This record gives sequence, structure tokens and C-alpha cells, in this order.
Amino acid sequence: MTANDPSPHHLQLTRDGQLRHFLTLDGLDRELLTDILDTADSFIEVGERTIKKVPLLRGRTVVNLFFESSTRTRSTFELAAKRLSADVLNLDISTSATSKGESLSDTLLNLEAMASDMFVVRHSQSGAPHFIAESVTPGVAIINAGDGRHAHPTQAMLDMLTIRQHKGTFDGLKVAIVGDVLHSRVARSQIRALNELGAAEVRVIAPGTLLPKDVESLGCSVEYDMAKGMKDLDVVIMLRLQKERMEGALLPSEREFYRLYGLSQEKLALAHPKCIVMHPGPINRGVEIESAVADGPHSVILNQVTNGIAIRMAVMSMAMGGQVAERQKKQSERARA
Amino acid sequence: MSLVEATSGGSLKIVGGRLIDGTGAESDNIALLILDGRIAASGDTAKRATATETVNAEGCVITPGFVDLCCNLREPGNGQKGNISSETRAAAHGGFTTVCASPETSPVNDSGAVTHLIRDVAATRSPIHVLPVGAVTRGLEGDLLSDMAGLAAAGCVAVGNGSKGVRNARILRRCMAYAQTFGLTVMFSPENQALAADGYAHDGLVTSRLGLLGIPEVAETAAVMEMILLAEETGVRLHLSQLSCARSVDMLAEARRRGVAVTADVAMHQLIFTESALAGFDSRFHVRPPLRREADRKALIAGVRAGTIDAIVSQHQPHDSAAKQAPLAATEPGLSSVESVLSLGLELVELNEMTLPELVRALTAGPAAAIGRKASLAEGEIADLCVFDPEEYWTPGKDTLVSAGRHAPITGRELPGVVRLTVAAGRIAWQPVAG
Repeated sequence: MTANDPSPHHLQLTRDGQLRHFLTLDGLDRELLTDILDTADSFIEVGERTIKKVPLLRGRTVVNLFFESSTRTRSTFELAAKRLSADVLNLDISTSATSKGESLSDTLLNLEAMASDMFVVRHSQSGAPHFIAESVTPGVAIINAGDGRHAHPTQAMLDMLTIRQHKGTFDGLKVAIVGDVLHSRVARSQIRALNELGAAEVRVIAPGTLLPKDVESLGCSVEYDMAKGMKDLDVVIMLRLQKERMEGALLPSEREFYRLYGLSQEKLALAHPKCIVMHPGPINRGVEIESAVADGPHSVILNQVTNGIAIRMAVMSMAMGGQVAERQKKQSERARA
Repeated sequence: MSLVEATSGGSLKIVGGRLIDGTGAESDNIALLILDGRIAASGDTAKRATATETVNAEGCVITPGFVDLCCNLREPGNGQKGNISSETRAAAHGGFTTVCASPETSPVNDSGAVTHLIRDVAATRSPIHVLPVGAVTRGLEGDLLSDMAGLAAAGCVAVGNGSKGVRNARILRRCMAYAQTFGLTVMFSPENQALAADGYAHDGLVTSRLGLLGIPEVAETAAVMEMILLAEETGVRLHLSQLSCARSVDMLAEARRRGVAVTADVAMHQLIFTESALAGFDSRFHVRPPLRREADRKALIAGVRAGTIDAIVSQHQPHDSAAKQAPLAATEPGLSSVESVLSLGLELVELNEMTLPELVRALTAGPAAAIGRKASLAEGEIADLCVFDPEEYWTPGKDTLVSAGRHAPITGRELPGVVRLTVAAGRIAWQPVAG
């Protein structure tokens, strides 16, 4: 016996199955994920134009609500919104309202009073965008830009776009995610996306201290030995490991982590010859990855950054479209009544 | 209607209905006469007697009043979350005639002065019995022993740590040895603080998927084992509060077989819900200890049925709405539960997971015995009783809950079991308003 099923995917889809918020990849099917990738593909060309704009969000206000600092993610969301012709407001909440004691609910009420149409939310606590999506006025879209250890769905989708560009398909792919899976919201979203899109195998490679309990339940196998884990890999995704977590109770030292789990040319040679190397960034060179690998021919790390803008444009335009369609449907239902 | 307004000086007769007394004995079509706060007569004598007021309990179940070993009344302090008056009325609505008040107040109940304050307020504003539990360490900080002699003298029935951990085993051992000096029972919520760390959900499938910070099962089981061994060594009477894991029940059973003086309780919500209740980040189900796996839920129910777990408690924690309006990790743990314990238990009975006599035992005789009291409707006993209609349904919600906390485990859903009458010390503590 449990409470009513309030899973995030019920919240983020309209009654017609369109995207209304983008909080997590849980509950989104292969068709919708493929739609997001296809839409993003169509936006890549916008970035190559002289005038890099389309009018899809003209007149809309997008608020980047970052409770946790992140230059890269915020910049790509800002660029994506601007390329969709939205007005963009960047708010670094970690140093403003909430530090004066204002609750998150009160902060939101104030921002909504400014007639915002979309909040892009990054927060250190898992589930914060979900809470905001439940709290905001209908018609306002919430995009998760990373919450705690829970999800980073746009990062996972830009990774999927990068993989599809290089491999053509997900069918039969063997993918490994290496490093700090325990603290990684990116890894959770990647595992979900890879499984839904049809990858043959998802492995996580890490020491026991950096793996969540029952991690296999997420849809992956576990390998502690990187040499064994690299075998036959088509894609290796290295995770960022925060240096403050390196020493103490989780790992004995940076040096030992690099020796056992850092991606060197030697270890990469154990994978499939056409294996691509990914990293969500920012990279700790010499901790997670050797510079020669990060800058080498197998690396697609800079493609990931470029694809980030296209994926975020896709998700923002689709969520806004879902909100508009939902509103129109409600209006016509009211008119008929 | 409050205790002071009720049938003082008069007599009350209850006729009809099925009596389940908490020891396994049952009888139909009963009659009870209540006079001067006690059960004056039963059976034919009671039927023939005349009374100031007569209640027809046909179709209802009559039981001793429920005894709650863990209830947060929020007074002193925390008035925005509730107070002794509001929360004891809520408890009476739930069929409880006795509640043990958690020491987690502000200031903490770690001195005779605070205990006296609680008892004084309860004497005038509570329709039911309030038995304070004192803090085992000063300020519940887990460092310095509290004034246990003073707490006992002021009327505390036990000393405990509320929902807080005790910093280390050395202090825990000294707490037990000191409590044993005064014959006090220690009520401990077993949690190893270092292992629980900053977690707030069961470390398992849901935490892994949602990226929540987990409290591993071993945070409880290691503490249970440590507490049992220390209780055995010091000779103190130990009560383990709010177990949540299957292995805790096994260790408890084994300790009892060895003759250790240990009792235990479980919160009703642990018998109903599992970790999956958090799947949508629902802050209502942020409780401590956390909701665990289905196997744990089943083992806890089996523990209650076998009598290994003596009592079901509400672990009632009323909150103002702001306490639950935030991302999950930032919300405060606890459910407003004292009014729905009976109904949730009746759902377990409907699902054949527990029998009605087993439920009644865990709400009456079991918890009463754990604090050295009786829950009995025999002639001469104090008239604490509950009359409820198991066939009638109600819907918890803002219009039906009495507690200041509205975050009940199930709101908006019809639940079985409506309390028709709660009588404490012979006085009507709860009766639905007619019409």
C-alpha cells in the first residue's frame, strides 16, 4: 500500500503526452526522447547562421533561477533562450533572497508576480524543481537544470545527441559511466536515457564508496575493475569528481583514484577502437582523465558543449508548446461548457 | 467537549456493542456503568442501573482507551504547530485516552519545572491523560545527563531521547545506569547518528533513483543491538521506540528470549507505507526513521501480531504548513497521525494483515504495560475507553481533522472507523457533534 502515485512524469506531461515541464527522464518514453533529439538536430543549424535567432519564444520571459552556481550550464540555457528570442533574466538566488531567510515558496511568488513564463532551475536539493513545478501557476514551465543528486535531464539528452551523431543508433551500444556515480545527477539521467533509447549494455565503473545502494536497480551492471569494464566499449562517459570529495572517507587519494579509475590512453586502448570519450565537464585533467585523451581523436567533449545549446532550445520550445496547447485546450473546454 | 465540561458528578452507561478488552477476551451486547471516573458495574447489574446519560453502542466496538507512547504536543514552545489543548483533543478524536508527551519541546523537557508546566497545562486543557516523558540528556544534546530524579519526582513516566540520537555508547551506557538507579524506563529511538548522518530517506531503491540522501538500515540495527547489550549490562528497563527494520524485530525477539527487559513500539505509518511513498518527493512521507522496504513492513506487522512489538504508536508530529512546503530535504520530518491511527489499523484488518483483537492489544494493553500501567475495563478500573464504529467511514481533511497539523498520511480518501465516544477517567473526552 502506498500513497497516490505522484511520480514526476505525471507532472511533466500534458494530458496529450506533450512536455509541460522537463524535470526528469523518468517516465518519458523512447518516442518523446527521440522527438527531443530530432528537434535539437533541427536547431543545430540555427547556431551556424549569421543571425542566430528563431522567434519561437518571442515575447516570453525566461528566468534562470540558479540556487547553485554554474557558469557553463547557465550560459548555455541563456544562449538557448536568447536564440529562441525570449527575454532572459538571470538570478543567482544563492546570494540573494533565500540567504535573507525568505522561503523558496515566497521567492517563487515574487518571481511569478513578474509574469514569468518559464523557470530554469538549478538547486542543490533533489526534487526542488519538482516542488516548484507543483507550486507554480498553471501555464508556467519548469526546466530542471540539475537538482541535487537526482537528475540533470538536459545534460543527459545532449550526451545522447552526441552519441547519436557519432554512432548513428543506440541499438547494440555498450556504454560505461566511470567515477563518482553516487553524487552524480548526470549519471542517473544518462542511465535512464540509454536504457530507454535501446543501448545494449550500461555499465558503471567505480569503487564501492562512489556507488549508490542497489545501483543495479537503475538499469546498469557494476564493474569495480576498470580494465575489465573497458572491454568492448563503444562509449565511455567519465564523470566529474569534485576534488573536495577525493580524500577522507570516500577515497584515499587523488593519485589512487587516477591510477585505478582515471582514463589514460593505455586504458582506452582496451575499448573498441572506435570508442568515443565523453565528459560533462568541467574536466579535472590528471584526476579523471589524461590530457592526451581529453584532447585526443576519441574525445567528443567539445561537441557535447555545442549540442547543449540545441538540446536546451528543443526542450524549452517543446515545454512552452505543451503549456500553450494545454492552456488553449482548457480555454476551448471552458468555452464549450 | 472537554474533560472539565463533561459528565462530572453524573453517571454514564454504555449499552450494546462488542467489547474487545486488549487481552484477547471479547463479549457481545455488553453494558458498562461508569460512576466517579471508574467502571462501577458491568453486565446485568449495569443494564439494570439508571444513569445520567446512556450511550447506545450497538454496532460499535468498545475497547479500553488507546495509549500512545509517542505523541508530540508541541507545548511548551512551537505554538504555531499545535499545543496541548489542540493535540490532546485530536488524540481524543483518534480514540486515545492517554498520550506520552515527547520531551522534544522548547525548552526541552529536561527538568522538573518543565514537567510540572506540561502537567499543569494538561490538567486544565486536556480532555485525556498526559504522561510526560523526560529528556535523558540535557537539552537532548546527548552530552550531559538530565536531572532524572527531578523528572521522575515531577511525574515523568520514562526518560528518552525523542527522535534524537545519543552521541556515543559511553554516554548511552551512563544514561541507562543512571535511569536504572531511579527505576526509570528508558525510551530510545535507535539510530546511530554517524551512520544516519544527513540522510532523510531509506537508503535503497528510491534514494538511488531520486538521488536522496539515505539512512541505511544498519543505522537502526547497529543501535538496536548496542542498546540491547547495554540494557542487559546495566539492568535498566529499555523501550525501543519506532522500529522500522525487519532485523530489528529479530534482534528484539532474540533479546526477549534471553530475558532482557526490553519492550518496543512501531509507528502505524511504518505498517502501511513503504519507501515508494517518496517516489514523487511527497514531503508528507518525510518521517524519521524513514519508511523502508515492503519486507520490513511485513516483518513489523508480524512483530506486532506475535506480540514481539508491544505497541503501535502514532508518532504524531503536527507541523505548520511552511514546515512541509519546501524541497524534500528541507522539510521537517513527521506526520500528523494521531487521528488516523485507528482507521489505518482497520484498513490492515480489512486486508487481513492483522486481526482486530491484535490491533486493539497493540493500542491498549501492550503500550500500557510498557509504562507499567493497565488498560482494562474490569469493574473498579479507571474508566478510560473508546467506542468506535468500524463500519462507518470518514475522510481526513482540513474540515475533519482536529489537530493543528493537517499533513495526515491519507487526506481526501475515505477511511474506515469513526470514533463515536472517547471517555477518559469517566468523562467524555470526545463525542462527534450531533447533526
